[in-house]
Amino acid sequence: MNSVLKIILQRLALGLLTLFIVSIVIFTAVNMLPGDFAQAILGQSATPEAVEAIRKDLGLDKGPVTRYFEWLGGALRGDLGNSFAQANFASFVGDDSGVRTSVAQQIAPRFANTMFLAGVTAAIAVPFAVTLGILAALYRNSVFDRVANISTLTSISSPEFFMAYVLILFLAVLNPILPSLSNIYDGMSFGERLEKTLLPALTLTLVVTAHMMRMTRAAIINLLASPYIEMARLKGIKPMRVIVRHALPNALAPIINVIALNLAYLITGVVVVEVVFVYPGIGQLFVDSVKIRDIPVVQACCLIFAAAYILLNLLADILSILSNPRLRHPK
Amino acid sequence: MSGLATIVVALVAIGIVAWVGRFAMQKISGNAPKFRDMPFAVAFGYVLAAVLVALGVWYFFQPKANEQGIQNAGVIFFRWAVQGVLIGMVAAWIFRFLGRMVGTSGSRKLFRQMPLTASFGILVIVVYAVLAIFAGLIAPHGQETVFAQANVVPGGNPALGGNPDFPLGTDQIGRDILSRLIYGAQNTVGIAFATTLIAFFIGGTLGFLAATLQGWLDQVLSRAVDVLMAIPSLIFSLLLITVASAWVSGFGLTIAMVLIIAVIDSTRVFRLARAVGMNIVVMDYIEAAKLRGEGLGYLIFKEILPNATAPLLAEFGLRFCFVFLTISALSFLGVGIQPPLADWGTMVRDLSAFINYASFAPLAASVPLLAAGAIALLTVAVNFVVDWMLYRSSGLKE
Repeated sequence: MNSVLKIILQRLALGLLTLFIVSIVIFTAVNMLPGDFAQAILGQSATPEAVEAIRKDLGLDKGPVTRYFEWLGGALRGDLGNSFAQANFASFVGDDSGVRTSVAQQIAPRFANTMFLAGVTAAIAVPFAVTLGILAALYRNSVFDRVANISTLTSISSPEFFMAYVLILFLAVLNPILPSLSNIYDGMSFGERLEKTLLPALTLTLVVTAHMMRMTRAAIINLLASPYIEMARLKGIKPMRVIVRHALPNALAPIINVIALNLAYLITGVVVVEVVFVYPGIGQLFVDSVKIRDIPVVQACCLIFAAAYILLNLLADILSILSNPRLRHPK
Repeated sequence: MSGLATIVVALVAIGIVAWVGRFAMQKISGNAPKFRDMPFAVAFGYVLAAVLVALGVWYFFQPKANEQGIQNAGVIFFRWAVQGVLIGMVAAWIFRFLGRMVGTSGSRKLFRQMPLTASFGILVIVVYAVLAIFAGLIAPHGQETVFAQANVVPGGNPALGGNPDFPLGTDQIGRDILSRLIYGAQNTVGIAFATTLIAFFIGGTLGFLAATLQGWLDQVLSRAVDVLMAIPSLIFSLLLITVASAWVSGFGLTIAMVLIIAVIDSTRVFRLARAVGMNIVVMDYIEAAKLRGEGLGYLIFKEILPNATAPLLAEFGLRFCFVFLTISALSFLGVGIQPPLADWGTMVRDLSAFINYASFAPLAASVPLLAAGAIALLTVAVNFVVDWMLYRSSGLKE
């Protein structure tokens, strides 16, 4: 157990280090902007005094290293600064009461929405993909396997918005079963919320299922040539039981790994899907901020996406270590 | 709730039919092994598949419109989809048949072993290549030409607000949609192809360099790639495009996007090139070449590259799909290929509202799906071909 703990702690430290370096990369990328934020807010025709005032207001008069650590420290405390759109508005009206929506306030509810969407997707996609994968391994090289193979290859290679619009066409427009717009608001009941989330979740399911299913199938089939499977078969155990009881536990490591990787993929997948369904999640906020060049929001969203991505990859790593009995019970 | 109940009842009925059917076949065939050893799940699967096929055929032959003349859009879309798949299969079959007849003995052998999916993929890639290269000759109008009539309904029927000059209608500012779809092959596919080439040039060169030289260069490059790969690529490219948009706009932004995606994707190529290169540099012939006193360029391009083509080629196909999907997604989000260039992702976004008219104007609703489908079709085709290539080279038979 000691060695496993050591490996896990090493991975954790490495993950934190990666996150730290990634935050530097994001900060540097944003600071490559010509001129500076103040200029960007006010435009070319701004008076030097106004630019100076805004710079002071946003803390841009300090050096980049100081600003980086202030930003990082703030981010750790949950304070991600103020959105430019808000700062701009306040100074334009001339009524700067000091009450502004901070980036954190803007992101928090949307982050919860995105997590809900990802959760619903995972709840549908993971059991579906693993079952399909087991069935495809059981009936390998049959018509079922080939149909599943071709259809998953098709769904994995289609863009998310194609899947989304096909689903909208059939489930929302031609047969009005589900709403095509996901207007989520506070105080919605869970059922209502689920109904509005179902169509984007189904789209994401179609996109991520394929990879998980193919990996499940491949991982199980890889094991079927091993002597102990041969033994189980010769004992006369039914094929389904051979796969579920004998092959599946040993194929768990790659399967868990691919599930975690696909959940990480969901993080990027949500951006496009949220835009299609006007789902009020963090992805949509990100794209909107990219368009109006609202740097603090872009920076914060980027950091959150990267953190989630790194954490899920880390989780995949740790789970595959834990699911390996050779590592859990060293000689 | 009644829909759910119907499904449950149908499944139970299928289960009963499957059990009775298997029992009957066992009796009729005199306990033939095929039926004697058939698990219930398999019998259930056969009956379920038969029911689904029967339902599909029944739905396919439903009338297109009811007595009041109201179109049954679901049937129309279903027919289009089925006809599309059938035409694709027949075309792929004919293509493979022709490939087996003409050509050198090597290419004929290749076509003989080819599954239908792979020949479908190759056919689609050829068609796209022709469309992309000769877009200027094939398209009836220019991609930027604005006509006086905006929002012409597709179908070319003047009675319904169409115009035979514009078979797929015109968009919101009066550009011919068919021409823009054809030019989209040139722009979207061409730009994605160029991006992949740049990514392979950067990633391949650096990867082989790291594998050959090793030492500190390898360490620095590998750690840098690790960091870049820790950021989800779509998110990172969106961030960099935001930064780039402050410097350039219009066509310049398209170029910036190409470079950004090329650099981000070159990290994945670097990983593969380095891994493949690492396996090659330990070979004896590399040692011999080094002892002969060959330079670095000779080692990389004459010794390592020829031996790494097979995995790199398969990776090129997959990378191309990935880049193509990323660029389409960015264009769909409005920050990718910039107007006035015609591009499928942008077209989907601009025309997506038409989908809501599907129940009474199926043709209009199909236009955004055509653009999105054009993207999907190419990636599916490339994936089919790559899948087959990997299958062939791995020798995986089970």
